[in-house]
Amino acid sequence: MNSNELSLTAAAAQLRDGSLTATGLLESVLSRAADTEAQLHAYLTIDHQGAREAASVADENLAAGIDQGPLHGIPIALKDNMVTRGLETTAASQILSGYKPPYDATVVSRLRSGGAVLVGKTNLDEFAMGSSTENSAFGPSYNPWDITRVPGGSSGGSAAAVAAGSALGALGSDTGGSIRQPAAVTGVVGMKPTYGTVSRYGLIAFASSLDQIGPLTRNVEDSVLLLSAIWGHDSLDATSYSGKYPEPGSGLAKGVDGLRIGVVKELAGEGYEPEVEGAVHAMVELLEGAGAQIIEVSLPSFDFALSAYYLIAPAECSANLARFDGIRYGHRAPGDTTEAMMSRSRSEGFGPEVTRRILLGTYSLSAGYYDAFYGQAQRVRSAIRADFAKAYENVDVLVSPTSPTVAFKAGERTADPLAMYLSDICTIPSNLSGHPAISVPIGVDEQGLPIGFQVMAPALGEPIMYQVASVVEALAGFSARPEIAMVAS
Amino acid sequence: MPVEIDIAHLARLARLDLSEAEMERYQAQLSVILDHAARVQSLEGEPEVEVAHPLGFVNAFRSDTVTPSLDRDEVLAQAPDSSAGYFVAPPALET
Amino acid sequence: MSWEAVIGIEVHVELATDSKMFCGCAVSFGADPNTNVCPTCLGLPGALPVPNEKALDSIIAIGLALNCTVSPQSVFHRKNYFYADLPKNYQISQFDIPVCVDGYLDVAVDGDVHRVGIERAHMEEDTGKSTHIGGGGRIDSAESTLLDFNRSGVPLVEIVSRPEIHSAAQARAYAQGLRAIVAELGVSDARLEEGSLRFDANISIRPAGDSELGTKVEIKNMNSFRSLELAVDYEIERQIQSVESGGTIVQETRHWEEEAGVTSSMRSKEGSSDYRYFTEPDLVPMVMDEAWVDRVRGTLPELPHARKARYVAAGLDEALARVISGSDPVLRSLYEDTLRAGADPRAAANWTTGEITAWTRRSETEPTAIPLSGSQLAEMLQMIDDGTVSNSAAKEVLDGVLSGEGDPGDVARSRDLVQISDAGELEAVVDAVLERHPDAIVALRAGETKVLGFLVGQVMRATQGKADPKLVNEILRNRTTST
Ligand SMILES: [Mg+2]
Ligand SMILES: [Zn+2]
Repeated sequence: MNSNELSLTAAAAQLRDGSLTATGLLESVLSRAADTEAQLHAYLTIDHQGAREAASVADENLAAGIDQGPLHGIPIALKDNMVTRGLETTAASQILSGYKPPYDATVVSRLRSGGAVLVGKTNLDEFAMGSSTENSAFGPSYNPWDITRVPGGSSGGSAAAVAAGSALGALGSDTGGSIRQPAAVTGVVGMKPTYGTVSRYGLIAFASSLDQIGPLTRNVEDSVLLLSAIWGHDSLDATSYSGKYPEPGSGLAKGVDGLRIGVVKELAGEGYEPEVEGAVHAMVELLEGAGAQIIEVSLPSFDFALSAYYLIAPAECSANLARFDGIRYGHRAPGDTTEAMMSRSRSEGFGPEVTRRILLGTYSLSAGYYDAFYGQAQRVRSAIRADFAKAYENVDVLVSPTSPTVAFKAGERTADPLAMYLSDICTIPSNLSGHPAISVPIGVDEQGLPIGFQVMAPALGEPIMYQVASVVEALAGFSARPEIAMVAS
Repeated sequence: MPVEIDIAHLARLARLDLSEAEMERYQAQLSVILDHAARVQSLEGEPEVEVAHPLGFVNAFRSDTVTPSLDRDEVLAQAPDSSAGYFVAPPALET
Repeated sequence: MSWEAVIGIEVHVELATDSKMFCGCAVSFGADPNTNVCPTCLGLPGALPVPNEKALDSIIAIGLALNCTVSPQSVFHRKNYFYADLPKNYQISQFDIPVCVDGYLDVAVDGDVHRVGIERAHMEEDTGKSTHIGGGGRIDSAESTLLDFNRSGVPLVEIVSRPEIHSAAQARAYAQGLRAIVAELGVSDARLEEGSLRFDANISIRPAGDSELGTKVEIKNMNSFRSLELAVDYEIERQIQSVESGGTIVQETRHWEEEAGVTSSMRSKEGSSDYRYFTEPDLVPMVMDEAWVDRVRGTLPELPHARKARYVAAGLDEALARVISGSDPVLRSLYEDTLRAGADPRAAANWTTGEITAWTRRSETEPTAIPLSGSQLAEMLQMIDDGTVSNSAAKEVLDGVLSGEGDPGDVARSRDLVQISDAGELEAVVDAVLERHPDAIVALRAGETKVLGFLVGQVMRATQGKADPKLVNEILRNRTTST
């Protein structure tokens, strides 16, 4: 097995017993990328030089007995909406083409100081707005399991890279499911932490009250490892939690015996593929067999979650993206006046989905519509929090499919925004509530396309979320790897 | 309820320079999405609007201490136009 | 018909914190362009704001000084509008839950006091600075705009008055009163010329006695108390004239042209503006509990209105109390030292605000350099009281002390200003005068008392004003009634 196929834990062990060097590991990752990028386009930028320097420093340090921690020497990919000093960061938008940030995001400095080797910047839907990575201004990414299909989104590049082995782990961002849904359709583990536990400083904002950075990995244990490296209080983010953080992996070996697992009634039925529902149902039975108590739970407000999300997220995005005006950085179009220049630069720089959401958000905040739209959406959000709180009085975790469908065909939903938005129906509630949730692969459908299982937990419930996720992983015994048809590039 | 949308006004507020054709297209798409989004209005009850952080904390402040600023050349290197340490933009015409 | 002007004033106060409102960049006036900037105050992608606690202490202090209620909970909002010097193209400000609400400020114009309600004081961030070049500074003919973001993110407190100001003079007094308070609190440099205080006025007129408000016009760009007063005066007149000549007032923003002394329409897009306020999702709510407010209250200096009350309680009348409580700190402490040395409050106040202030003006001396102690002033007042010197001589004594000739006693002696209070000595002088004016005695005996004044005058002249007038009167009466 090539070293690029190793789990973080296995690679960390080999780096320390001397059977593997960070440089060797990086080179196998880079050659895997060289073989697959033509088909997948998982990366927007591969930082060959920076990564090679970081790898050799990692080797020198280990040789000198300096161990920077579990990620020391491990090749990690970053979604291109996290700023990296001096390395082009575009959020997959024309408006930031060529932009070199003067600072590092907090997660980036934490990975660097942990000895990680940053391979490059992965593709995404422009400004993380989308569920297929087809909204990238620099071309779509494709799914390693079937390159005629999408890798989900918006963190599709990160998911594809981890699934294909052109990174051992990656960071994504999740505003309405953008880590969990691509993880589900590419057969990897994707996790959204409790809102406020991973710093957003240096994450190019889409919807500030919903955005959260999280790990994409090949297994649950790696997810714990990567999360542990990036979370914790950051004084540069006023929404960063400064209280006590739990030990995320503390439940890994505990099993589910006696746990109460709630199955969400609203996240099933119309629009859900039978094979997805079947696989999820089978896993629930396995969990029951493993000693868990299964309880069907109804959260009626979930029926309004998608609508509320498509008012709140665009509203915040309309303000967050106002700063892209052609003055201090990014694309500038000609114009005789500031206003003309700004308007032209923005309409040239933003793609259709981003433009659509800016207009949508401007509408729901504007005079005369605020109360009926944005204001009412905030009430729905409160109702969802209340429903979750009520449910967690009787269950320890909630489970559902991660995505109602497996990976869909490229181009299938681009013409119909609403159909595209429906891809996030299962993931959005946890963003609105700020709670942690994870997607674990539990099998493939008859076309061989991965199916994801979502485990949701209350705020700071990462330990119990991982506890259940690791059992799901064991029960599923999912170990398939994608076969990527190589085409001469 | 049919939602009325003044797309030209929205584009102006958002500083987007859209063609007639684009405006028509976005107007149509927005009304579909907003018709669906209007479902939020049928939520039962009137729960209080939640402004608090999901972890419920308040008062996140910094102490009044000066930290180093950025290097001006590194900052201006990213600007489309700059001169003598300033960013340069076209004239602001108030019309 | 007669008109009443209705004026509301918005004041933006730049706080004098070390660092900016939401980032650690230095707050400094006049630094090289774009040298105090960071990802946050430049609005770079990914940057986040973190509020400066000191700035919140400052706005609470201002609120307390303006008799406001401090909201128990408050939140920041985003105010969305595009402008080249607003890096994020939204301003972090406050909307429906400002830090301070419902206060007032008493202002005095020629003696009479008027209370101006304060609707709110809220926290926000300043913008960068635009310089429009190529068009002689006129915005609409500039060829390009130079942008400096050093000021971007400097903490601002916006203080909004109720429309309860009715004249340019009141408007000026209100603005000066606010300046005095923020200066006293030490929360702002309060330098108008550096823009650390900025005024906007909302002005409308209505027939005197009417209760509903007319169409208001907003006036911007007044950068001194004088231009504020001139601009408000001009605008009131403009509105009255346009209405009386059959015109109507349009709601608009007008620009005060300092040189021309006129306000001119900014052709602004107020009409189409829609700020789309919503709660700032990058920040968490603020809870200003009792403990916090009390901590700030504990740091407040004595403010003008409290001081005035104390002076009145000590026996000063309203008018004098207001003048001295609003006067220069050095003059005030001289006044208080003088009281401590046992002087009469009224006399001490009169001399401090009268002669002594006049002297500092004449001699162009900073109040900080007054060579006069409270005990010296008290000693001098005592000398007037016990007749050692006359009121007029006292002025000379004061001048001597201020010119460093020593204590009042020494000066009175060395300048030979002590009154003659020795009866024997004066009787001699009186007799000499009477001999020279026998007819005067006749007139007096005939009851023509006005002659008495003439005789006293003669005695005073003979003694170069040093005779004690009371004593002279006595002696004259005795001499002219008996034989
Ligand atoms: Mg303001
Ligand atoms: Zn700054």
